[in-house]
Parts: sequence; C-alpha cells; structure tokens
Amino acid sequence: MTAPLLQIEDLTVSFGNRSGAAFQAVSGVDLTVRAGEVQGIVGESGSGKSVTMLAVMQLLSPSAAIAGSIKLDGQELTGLSDRQMRKIRGARIGYIFQDPMTALNPLLTVGQQISEAVRIHKPEASRSEAKQRAVELLRLVAIPMPEKRAEQYPHEFSGGMRQRAVIAMAMANEPDLLIADEPTTALDVTIQAQIMELLDRLRREKGVGIVLVTHDLGVVAGVAKSLSIMYAGRIVERGLVDDVFAAPHHPYTRGLLDSLPQMDQRVERLRAIAGAPPPISARPSGCAFHPRCSYAIERCLVERPPLRPVGPVEAACHRAEHVAAESRARQDA
Amino acid sequence: MFAYVAKRLIAMPFLLLGVITVAFLLTHFTAADPLTSIIGERQMNNPQVVQAARERWGLDQSLPEQYAIYLGNLVTGDFGTSFRTRQPVAHDLLLRLPATLELVISAMLLGTFFGVTLGVLAARFRDGMIDNLARLFALVGASAPVFWSGLVVLFVFSVQLGWLPGPGRIDSRAVAPPFVTGFFTVDTLLAGDWAGFRSVLLHLILPASVLGWTVTGIVSRMVRASMLDVLSQEYILAARAKGASPVRVLLHHALRNAMLPTLTIIGFSFAYLITGAVLTEAIFAWPGIGSYAVAAARGLDHPAIIGVTIVGGAAFLISNLLTDLAYAFVDPRVKLGGRAGA
Repeated sequence: MTAPLLQIEDLTVSFGNRSGAAFQAVSGVDLTVRAGEVQGIVGESGSGKSVTMLAVMQLLSPSAAIAGSIKLDGQELTGLSDRQMRKIRGARIGYIFQDPMTALNPLLTVGQQISEAVRIHKPEASRSEAKQRAVELLRLVAIPMPEKRAEQYPHEFSGGMRQRAVIAMAMANEPDLLIADEPTTALDVTIQAQIMELLDRLRREKGVGIVLVTHDLGVVAGVAKSLSIMYAGRIVERGLVDDVFAAPHHPYTRGLLDSLPQMDQRVERLRAIAGAPPPISARPSGCAFHPRCSYAIERCLVERPPLRPVGPVEAACHRAEHVAAESRARQDA
Repeated sequence: MFAYVAKRLIAMPFLLLGVITVAFLLTHFTAADPLTSIIGERQMNNPQVVQAARERWGLDQSLPEQYAIYLGNLVTGDFGTSFRTRQPVAHDLLLRLPATLELVISAMLLGTFFGVTLGVLAARFRDGMIDNLARLFALVGASAPVFWSGLVVLFVFSVQLGWLPGPGRIDSRAVAPPFVTGFFTVDTLLAGDWAGFRSVLLHLILPASVLGWTVTGIVSRMVRASMLDVLSQEYILAARAKGASPVRVLLHHALRNAMLPTLTIIGFSFAYLITGAVLTEAIFAWPGIGSYAVAAARGLDHPAIIGVTIVGGAAFLISNLLTDLAYAFVDPRVKLGGRAGA
C-alpha cells in the first residue's frame, strides 16, 4: 500500500491570548486520507474541525501554535515557510469554503478569480490561456454557458452556482486533495445534494482525495467511506461510515444520530443532545463530554478516555461497549 | 449610465438655485449695510451720495426685484459686479478659481497617495511600530491648525534651510505666464517657459503638502479601518488558499474593496477644500477663492459672496457626481439609474 495522501499525526493547535494563557483548540488529532476517498469529519461548531483543516493549509492566525505532524504525500508540511506553503496551497490542496456568498471577491469577475488561481501556479500561462482554462473549469463543475458566466460577477450568481464556482477555483490546478469545509451548510437542501454529487463525481473522475468537514451526519452518510467524529478538539470516534452508523460506540455519536430526523419512522420528538459544547477556555475535566452525557460515571469526571479499538471502530469512551450494545439493541427493536 | 449622468446634470441648476436663494437671503438679512463699504463711512451722512450709490448698485429696489434681476443676469453668465474690486465677479472668480484648483488638486494627489499608502501599511502591520507612527502622523495632520503647521514648514524649509521658495505662486521676479487655463503649471508649459514651470512646481510643494497633510490624516485612518474590515472577510482567506502572495492579497484583493468607502471621503475632502483652503491660501499668499471669500465677507461684498457660494455649491455637487461615478466604475454591484442592483 502506498503512502496515504494526507496523514495527520498527533496534531495539537493552541491559541495564546493576551494574558499569556494558551488554549488547545485541537488536541492529539490523527487523520488519514487516501487518494480517491472521502473522509468525513463531523462535529458541532467549535469542535476543532475547521481549525484542523486550516492548520493543514497553515492559514491560521499567527497566534496559533501547531504541534505534531502533517504529511502530504509523505512530505512534512509543518515547519514549511509561507513561501513554500504558497506552492502547495491552491496547487496540491484545494480549499472549498463554507459560505460561497463571502468566499468570492465581489469586485472581480468569476472568470478572473478562477484564472488567478491558474496563473499564480502557472505564471507562464498567458492571460487568454488562463481564461480558457477558467471556462473549462466552469464547464467541469456543470455551470451552463460557461463563456458568458466567466464574465459575470459573483452577485450575478445564485448560491449554488457560486459554490460551483468556488469548487472550480479549488480544482483549478488539479489538486490531489480537496478540503471541503462545510461546503453545503449555507445552501438549500436540493442544492446541497447537487453539490455533494459534484464532489463525488470529481472524486471518481479526477481521483482526488476529499476531506469533508460538516456538522451534518446526513451529508457524510451518502459519500464518505470513513469518518471521524470530533468533540471539544479531539476525535471521539472513528471508523467506516457503515460501522459507525450501524452501532455508534460513543454517546456523542449516538446523540448526533438520534438528533437526525428519520424519514421512515414517526417519532414523537427528536432527541437533541442536552447542553452546548464547552468553550475552548473551560474544557471539563476527564472526558470533555461528561457534563452532557447520560452514560457518565464517576470515572468519566477524572480520567480522559483514550481513543481505543472497540469492535469494528475506535472510540474514546470508558463505556463504549455498553453504548454499542444499547445501540445495537435499539437498531434491532 | 449616460442617462443617469444627464439626469444629474439637469438637476444641478435647480439645486444651485436653492443655494443661491439661501445665500441671497442670508446676505441681505445681515444687519450691516453694504453701502458703508461701497462709499465709505464718512460719506454716509451725505444723502445725495447715498442716494446715488443706491441707484448705481440697484440697492434702491425691493428685495424680490433685486433677486429677479440677479437671476436674470446670472442666466447670461453675469455674476454682477463686485462692490470691492469694481470688477465683474465672474472675472474675479475665473482668475482665482484656477489658483485654488491647482493647489487643491495637488494637495488631494499628495494626500490620497500618502493616505492610502500609510493606511495599507498601518493595517498590514496592525498595532506595530508603523501603525503607531502612521497614527501619530495622521493625528497631527488632521488636528494641527494650518496657520501653525504652515508657518512651521515655511520657517523650516524656506527660511532656515532655504530648500524651497516662500509664499506666492511663482518667483516674485518672474513674470506670470500668459493666461490660458489659469493653472500656472499648464500655462508655463504652454508658453514653453521651463524655468517658470520649475518655479511654479517648487512654490506648490509647501502649501500643497500642508493642505495634503490634513487629507493624508483623514484618508489614512479611513483606509486602515476599511482594510482591517476587508482583511477579515472570507474571500481574503480564499485568495490565500489559492496560493496568492501577501502583496497580491493586500493590493489586488483587499485594497480595491477598502477603497470603496474611502472614495466618499476623498470626494468630500475635495469639495470642502475648494472653499476651505482659506487659511493655507492666506499663509502662502495664494490668490485663490478662499482668500477672495474672506475679503468679500469682510467687505460686505454681496455679489462676490454669492458668487463664491455658487462656486462652493457647484464644487460639492460635481464632486458628489464624480464620487458616484467612481463607485459605479469600481463596484460592479452598483447600478446607476435608480434601479437597485441585484
């Protein structure tokens, strides 16, 4: 087996504030993405998903301290200078932003913004070549009348079309890896499905590896092969999508699944997870999830559970076996 | 676009009419009698002289009649005759407006260039040394009174160091260039007078810098604030994610967007300086509109006061129109002509 496309090992990202205290936004995260595969990362806002991805791109503010290892195709990215990183951003890693309304510069045409991505990495390309390429890319992401659309400004595009344009921009230099940070969150449900279909098609046709960051388990279910669930800066459960969905081993995953509306069964009310994720400055002791967890025992308050293999998946929970058994029992019922 | 400009230009005379009416009323309701400045106070006791002067200047007529006559003359380009200079006001304005424009345009060019540069640097190196220095420079520029800073630079650069000439538009021993545009820079070039051109440029430096300093202060603060706002936008992160260099992100992506709110400030400053450059003109013996306005006000010179008011009003209207056009040129979301952009 060849080296994975993206391999993150023991990544920790901390932010210092003015008074000198440091807070860990991401702690000890491991993540592996292979070419032609979609890896899902799921968690609530503030769980550290986006910070992890921006750390890969080294686009975090200078106050962020990164420790651990991030390897792209075997090449270590941490410690690279900004000049070296610029050759990787946009060329080998494409980044898709959450809100296509704000991710495009309002004063430049869509075509200009895509050809800019081309010309940054291929300075020898002429203006007309880059423009040609921009039109090709708009066609690739299935935007009708790409020649005309390339001349238009972002405000003349609908939300779904803008997200396609953002994807075209990310694909400009045929990157090996696409990072899609909540690519469908700001879009209508019908448009969401189209965008996910487009990403899946790019994976099949171009063989790109995709990291799909989302807070929506439903989005992951359709396209991702494996997924990692993040909570309070740590991965709490990971495995193949089918295994995790069949029987969640972590109470948080269980809660996320339970809070999804199911089409095939009538429920009196959705079971939402009580409470809110803890702020970065006040992470609970032991297992960070224990204040919101109905399975919590005394041990959870003092001892942080490590990520360990349980059945077909890995979970960071002292009571994973118990949670899984209950999950299975409920599925069978 | 063309229809929009035409509409705005057609509306302009009507707006100016409002300005004229207010100026006309205000000057006529001032307690002082302009006759005192026309014939001198000693003659005020001589009824014959007073009566003759009243008739000569049309002051014996009722206010509505005076107003009607003034407007009638104005349509033909006649701004009336100055009580003080005994010259047609239009002639006086035409002679002095180019001097002010030459000064104000130079000041705006300097102020905008340094203001934008400082603003960008201050935003890029936020809270650093450059930011603090730029803040200090802007603060002094925006708050130091021109009658002080003007005297200081004159003393230092002209008197002490002798690097630059003193007050005036051109060397006092030189002959002013023949009047073509009234801009000495242009007229000396048209006359092929290189020495004169050089002298005019050197004379411009100090007053334009003093006036431009205030503009620099305002513009740099505005650019800094809107740059910081723009730099936190997601499309800036998106540009960096494409692999764009910091300079490219700053100038190509951020500055363009940050210039939008700044355009308003620049347009406003320009209009303001046309009549607001009085102090600079006074200190540098600059024969412009501002010093003319002060002399007119002190001399109760009604035709001249209204004439200057019209120029000031027109300056605001025109610079507003130009600002709106510049907006439409830079921002594709702005659609001129009433219909709101998508």
